[in-house]
Amino acid sequence: MTAVQPLQLLSPEGGASVEPPEGLDPERLLSLYRNMVRLRVFDRRALNLQRQGRINFYAPASGQEAAMIGSAAALEPQDVAYPTYRESGVCLQRGMSLRTMADQLFGNARDLVKGRQMPNHWSSREHNIVSISSCIATQIPQAAGTGMAQRFRGENAATICYFGDGATSEGDFHAGLNFAGVFRANTVFFCQNNQWAITVPVTRQTAAPSIAIKASAYGFEGIRIDGNDLLVVYKTVREALEKARSGGGPTLIEALTYRMGPHSTSDDPRRYRTEQEVETWRRRDPIERLQRYLEARGWIDAEQVERIAAEAKEEVDRAISEAEAVGPPEPETLFEDVYARPTPQLERERRELLDLIRRGVVSRVTHTPIRGS
Amino acid sequence: MPVMNYIQALNSALNNAMEEDERVVVFGEDVGRMGGVFRVTDGLQKRFGEKRCFDTPLCEQGIVGSAIGMAIGGLRPVAEIQFMDYILPAYDQIANELATLRYRSGGQYAAPVVVRTPCCGGIHGGHYHSQSTEAIFTSVPGIHVVMPSDPYDAKGLLISAIRSEDPVLFLEPKKLYRSAKAEVPESPYEVPIGKAKRLREGEHVTVIAWGVMVKVCEKAVDAVAEKGIRCDLIDLRTLTPLDEEAVLSSVEKTGRVVIVHEARRNTGYGAELAALIAERALLSLEAPIRRVTGFDVHCPFTLDPYFLPDPPRVALAIEETARF
Repeated sequence: MTAVQPLQLLSPEGGASVEPPEGLDPERLLSLYRNMVRLRVFDRRALNLQRQGRINFYAPASGQEAAMIGSAAALEPQDVAYPTYRESGVCLQRGMSLRTMADQLFGNARDLVKGRQMPNHWSSREHNIVSISSCIATQIPQAAGTGMAQRFRGENAATICYFGDGATSEGDFHAGLNFAGVFRANTVFFCQNNQWAITVPVTRQTAAPSIAIKASAYGFEGIRIDGNDLLVVYKTVREALEKARSGGGPTLIEALTYRMGPHSTSDDPRRYRTEQEVETWRRRDPIERLQRYLEARGWIDAEQVERIAAEAKEEVDRAISEAEAVGPPEPETLFEDVYARPTPQLERERRELLDLIRRGVVSRVTHTPIRGS
Repeated sequence: MPVMNYIQALNSALNNAMEEDERVVVFGEDVGRMGGVFRVTDGLQKRFGEKRCFDTPLCEQGIVGSAIGMAIGGLRPVAEIQFMDYILPAYDQIANELATLRYRSGGQYAAPVVVRTPCCGGIHGGHYHSQSTEAIFTSVPGIHVVMPSDPYDAKGLLISAIRSEDPVLFLEPKKLYRSAKAEVPESPYEVPIGKAKRLREGEHVTVIAWGVMVKVCEKAVDAVAEKGIRCDLIDLRTLTPLDEEAVLSSVEKTGRVVIVHEARRNTGYGAELAALIAERALLSLEAPIRRVTGFDVHCPFTLDPYFLPDPPRVALAIEETARF
């Protein structure tokens, strides 16, 4: 069996003759380009922060900007997103501020998740971004359930579920897609096939010719697209969301893309993949591709490109320096949110910890986690 | 007031909950058309429709995973796992996802899900229809674990669980389903989560149990009473959060404790109770803390009368503890 050719609107060369899909006027395209640039700048700064020992972990998004920004741009505010820990771009595109994102990397007192999760585990109820688990694929049946609730309640809303190629090997992938198919959930499953699950290539995850093809086993449509093509990502996701909202059931979208960096700051990709492969994908870079298109259409000029990059750098720098200046959460917050109200046992444990700190037996946590701490 | 068995009481609770809150949905394997393999959900689909009570694919992690998502989507899911022995594929969804959601989201998200499941043995069900694995859940913060021992408590606790803002693992000893009967009001009422109940009062020995073992202990306690040994019998009803006050105040009075559970002894919940008593009431103790539990083997089919603590075994432990 041969690999299925992905749908594409923008070729790597830029395809100036292509008209943007419905919903993307030049102004909107420019704002998406700007967010892709902001995302890449944030990503590089975050990797450097970890290398400088100022945060303890990071999982980069570079190379996947079109898949993240394009899919999130297709969402309406009432749609629910279940991201994974790599979806910095989804958070950014849904309106999370760079400062809020930076607060989470540091796990500081202002972090919306109160410093309880490693870097990359953003969540914001305000932006309909559900809490992220480090477990692979566990969000898939949950996203099916939210899509079921939206359908049962007759809401004009859909749910998007993000995961990678590795997640398709988990039992929860089968559980979630099967439930969504049986109950015609308002859920769009968005798989970023970035070719690698840490060190294991996608050919070791499945013998099927594509991931999209698996949808047919669950009774709904699977679509394979070029995940580095912002236009096709936006168009495909938008149509799938509209179909879901109008009761047409789920869709599985496989976006072919590439993780240009390591899985996380804990691995070195040079040990498991070739420079030649990386170079092939570098030529398909999603930001450069969109930029060439915007230039060819006359919707952006060199001065704007430069200004957008400079503004992004300044914004990211400011967000990070502000976040780094905030200290860790107070010790008593350790016992909040286990239950809606603390149990008597938790009240006692809280008193115990505060007493140990007061007596100097336990040292107060005075800074947020840094590499090796 | 009508007399109901345990199943009828649960069914009454589900009817009340679905009447009072249209967000409540009930689902699992065989719960819709048939009303559950034990008929706990009998009649709900007919009365409330297929959107409120439905059969799911045969997939425990899908049942609990989708329940979490439904709760995030604004419903109040009551999910059934057909037997506690089959809950393990959903353990990741329960322990890593459901129980952690409020905490890991900084209090932004919560999933008020009730997972109901028949538990415990005594029905010759062999290893795969007999287990009582509450201890692998009581060690997980963020989820309440309850195991009522009679129909009145079963209904009141189920209503409390469905109304709770926190997830609840609701354990139903299947041996009691038809054998336990009590007067149960038709209208809704709550039995609070986290409160134990004293079923017998006495000054010599504290006997602590939950689930089917409460019935076994009632017989044992009544038998030793004829020999002049008077016991406090405490039905924990809720395992987490534990009603520590009920346990400790009784032990301080009697100084002697027998803990009875059906689960195996090794790292069973009794170990936590014994440790609590040793930490907080050691100087009140007049005798070693005694545990009567299932043996550390897999639940057997033919020989399960050996495995399960019975009234004579419990009575002997009480007598030996009283005489120590």
